Amino acid sequence: MYSPRTLSQRNRLLPFTGVVLFIALWQLGVAVSRNTLIPGPLAVAKGIGELAEKGLLVRYVVASLFRVTWGYLAALAIAIPLGIALGLSRRGEMAINPILQVLRPISPLAWIPIAILWFGVGDVSAMFLIFLASLLPLTVTALHAVHNIDNVHLSAGLNFGLSKAQLVKSVIVPAILPQLIVGMRITLGIAWLVVVAAEMIAVNSGLGFLIVDARNAGNRYDLVVAGMVLIGIVGVGLDALMRRLEKLDAVRWGYADAA
Amino acid sequence: MKVQFRNVNMSFASTRVLEDVDLDVREGELVCILGPSGCGKSTLLNIVGGFLQPTSGSVTIDGEPVTGPDPRRIFVFQERGVFPWLTVEGNIGFGLHKLSEAEQQKRIAHYVNLVGLRGFEKSYPRELSGGMKQRLEVARALAVDPDVLYLDEPFGALDSITRLQMRRELLRIWQAEKKTILFVTHDIEESVQLADRVVVMSTRPARIRRVVEIDIPHPRDLSSARYIELRDSIFAEIGLAHQV
Repeated sequence: MYSPRTLSQRNRLLPFTGVVLFIALWQLGVAVSRNTLIPGPLAVAKGIGELAEKGLLVRYVVASLFRVTWGYLAALAIAIPLGIALGLSRRGEMAINPILQVLRPISPLAWIPIAILWFGVGDVSAMFLIFLASLLPLTVTALHAVHNIDNVHLSAGLNFGLSKAQLVKSVIVPAILPQLIVGMRITLGIAWLVVVAAEMIAVNSGLGFLIVDARNAGNRYDLVVAGMVLIGIVGVGLDALMRRLEKLDAVRWGYADAA
Repeated sequence: MKVQFRNVNMSFASTRVLEDVDLDVREGELVCILGPSGCGKSTLLNIVGGFLQPTSGSVTIDGEPVTGPDPRRIFVFQERGVFPWLTVEGNIGFGLHKLSEAEQQKRIAHYVNLVGLRGFEKSYPRELSGGMKQRLEVARALAVDPDVLYLDEPFGALDSITRLQMRRELLRIWQAEKKTILFVTHDIEESVQLADRVVVMSTRPARIRRVVEIDIPHPRDLSSARYIELRDSIFAEIGLAHQV
């Protein structure tokens, strides 16, 4: 028999079960295989320690976050107004939506050669790729969110004599915010995937660069995997940050768990 | 006359929804528009509210033709019309953006009290019951001091006990604020309890079958002979024997 309290304590440990299991299997796999290049968990932990000592850990994480931040913010600044405008204008949507749908399946990484051509090898290219990767999902999210607005709310806004600009500010933006935040969270995940890939080619700092550089400079696979672990941890952190937005009072109504 | 409908016709594609609606509503009157679900009575309310253009005919208020929604006439939807992203205060203050901060606070406080939501000023709609949300929407409408209110089956989604309380509340507010009210409902009892006059509509295409004057003073005794007589005459008009 479990009392509710011990049950919840057990549940709190559950998320770590998978992690421990994974590390154990990893260690076992490394021990069984005779491949000396693949590092075990302990070697990777040491690798992370080494990066921290040299000051590279903070520098690379900050470099990657810096690129994601600017590319992502630029995309937000364009995608949200564009998505709202297309959501409100049937003709605009009919004109623009087909080209968005054609661009959408093109991986942002396919733009790498063009990015280098336009912006050279460096930060701007990486940020441009983040921008591209974030722009379309955010635009489409905003557009669909506008379509999903309850007509009653638009009618009420008009009834109270709001101008078009006031209607956008006081009804449309707050009405789409819950859906927009979910789209922003998913897109930030995509942006984080893309920055690592972009750094493998276009720059000489960041977690993506760390992975390529560690391999090229003497097969330091402990540092390669250290980079992978860091990418995972920062990714979880970004997601948790975005999830906190979903708890804001002004948007909680938009999620199923809001009673 | 406050509101005048003249030969209002409405068709959607080839479906006729309203046929030759002629109706006058006096200032300060509470008129119920009664008809079966889907007959077109909500369409009529959306036309006078300025959200729909009639196919032919005209609607005038104070002699001016209706050309669009207007803050002097506020439409109250079912409870889902409140803005879920705003608190009780935020909702009531929604239409007050042109007033000074002090005046806004005064009005919000007044209408919070009037609809009995004191203590819930900072609450969000998701924290309120259905009846409270409906009162909130009425308060938001009244706060801008309109001269006409349009209510589209406002109590339809509430349980029967709350519905009775809400009718009493509405009558109290109507007597205190002296608004002209057009109230759409499919509930015969509701119309006889509330209205000065009941406009009985037919099935689609909706025509006015009869206008019934309810000459019982408020508060109305729901077991009085006159109440039952008027109610049953409407049941008969719609073709329903009052038996189950």
